[in-house]
Amino acid sequence: MADTMQFDLVSPERRLASVQAREVRIPGAEGDLTAMPGHAPMITTLRPGILTVVSAEGSTDYAVTGGFAEIAGDSVSVLAERSLPTAEVTQEVYNTMVAEARQQHASAREEAGEEAVEAAAKLLADMMAMGTHIGLDPNQASL
Amino acid sequence: MPSLKDLKNRIESVKSTRKITKAMQMVAAAKLRRAQEAAEAARPYAERMTAVVSGLAASVAGSEGAPRLLAGTGADRVHLLVVMTSERGLCGGFNTVIVRLARARITELLAAGKTVKILTVGKKGREQLKRDYGQYFVGHVDLSEVKRIGYDTAQGIARDILARFAATEFDVATIFYNRFQSVISQIPTAQQIIPAVFDSGAEASTLYDYEPSEEGILADLLPRSVATQIFTALLENAASEQGARMSAMDNATRNAGDMINKLTIVYNRSRQAAITKELIEIISGAEAL
Repeated sequence: MADTMQFDLVSPERRLASVQAREVRIPGAEGDLTAMPGHAPMITTLRPGILTVVSAEGSTDYAVTGGFAEIAGDSVSVLAERSLPTAEVTQEVYNTMVAEARQQHASAREEAGEEAVEAAAKLLADMMAMGTHIGLDPNQASL
Repeated sequence: MPSLKDLKNRIESVKSTRKITKAMQMVAAAKLRRAQEAAEAARPYAERMTAVVSGLAASVAGSEGAPRLLAGTGADRVHLLVVMTSERGLCGGFNTVIVRLARARITELLAAGKTVKILTVGKKGREQLKRDYGQYFVGHVDLSEVKRIGYDTAQGIARDILARFAATEFDVATIFYNRFQSVISQIPTAQQIIPAVFDSGAEASTLYDYEPSEEGILADLLPRSVATQIFTALLENAASEQGARMSAMDNATRNAGDMINKLTIVYNRSRQAAITKELIEIISGAEAL
């Protein structure tokens, strides 16, 4: 069996990465998972988090929010609404992201039902966790 | 017969018009390249999204729990038409063809006794539709401040449309835009986005494991798919607009060139005629002595 697989990371505006990867760690909606060549085909939605790609050249981290991952035996495609190499996620970028999540949380509380509030709260919590992981301070982001 | 001076002024004025249209053509060409690149870059995402969603839709379709974005409201009474046009003019028939297509659809729907609501994106289409169908307008998206169309722009529009759908303001939504084929050909297109339609050829992809459930993923993806379709339409439209402007300005430049040639001939002829006339006058004056 081949020891690498085709990995594509695309956002609506551009293709961020297209490499031969050995493994991909994906922040799935129901828990993190690692996809390696020969993984059973599956589709999962993403939560905000860090996606790690391990290829022959080393590993690269991307911060992704929203979207889904499609895993087939010999390829993994991640379609993320927003994704950036973690190096490009500055406190400023992160602040706007958190502020958006906060706002969504607040508006969900006013308008939508219980479920939406929970979803938004989860999104916010995931966003916070992601910041801590990269080493950014989520509390600074109280714009 | 205009005087020589008038002709000269006219030639000068056409020459400066030609300079302007030439410059506009070159700007449009540069913008077109950028717009085409943007459309190109967005393609992989849109294609994959459609593939996955249509696969999911095929397997969920018909079941009880199908989301409303896919199954529709069960009615076909109120139609929302999203008409996407440009913010600026001087782009040939670009706006007119979209508006003509939208107009035809509106007439058809009204004749069938449906209710029509119109959401306009871009100023030009709004102006053209206002006189006849102004009473159906429900909103307008202004893109004149937007320098580069980003996904956020599309998301904003999608959010607006989805909120209206959630509030059961309409049953069916269709977007009107120009699909970019080449610089000289753009195809006005009407595309139904809600309820989502997919090629029936898509087979149910039972191959995959889904996490969370198929319905869960679909509920998450359908709104994104709407945004993606709008984004694609906006990008296609932007590229088409620049293409249309480029060929319109190319025509204008060529026209101005023709006009300058014609005017120059007239100018030279009348100059010669004036000289001949003067000579005849001098000669016949001399003979009379």
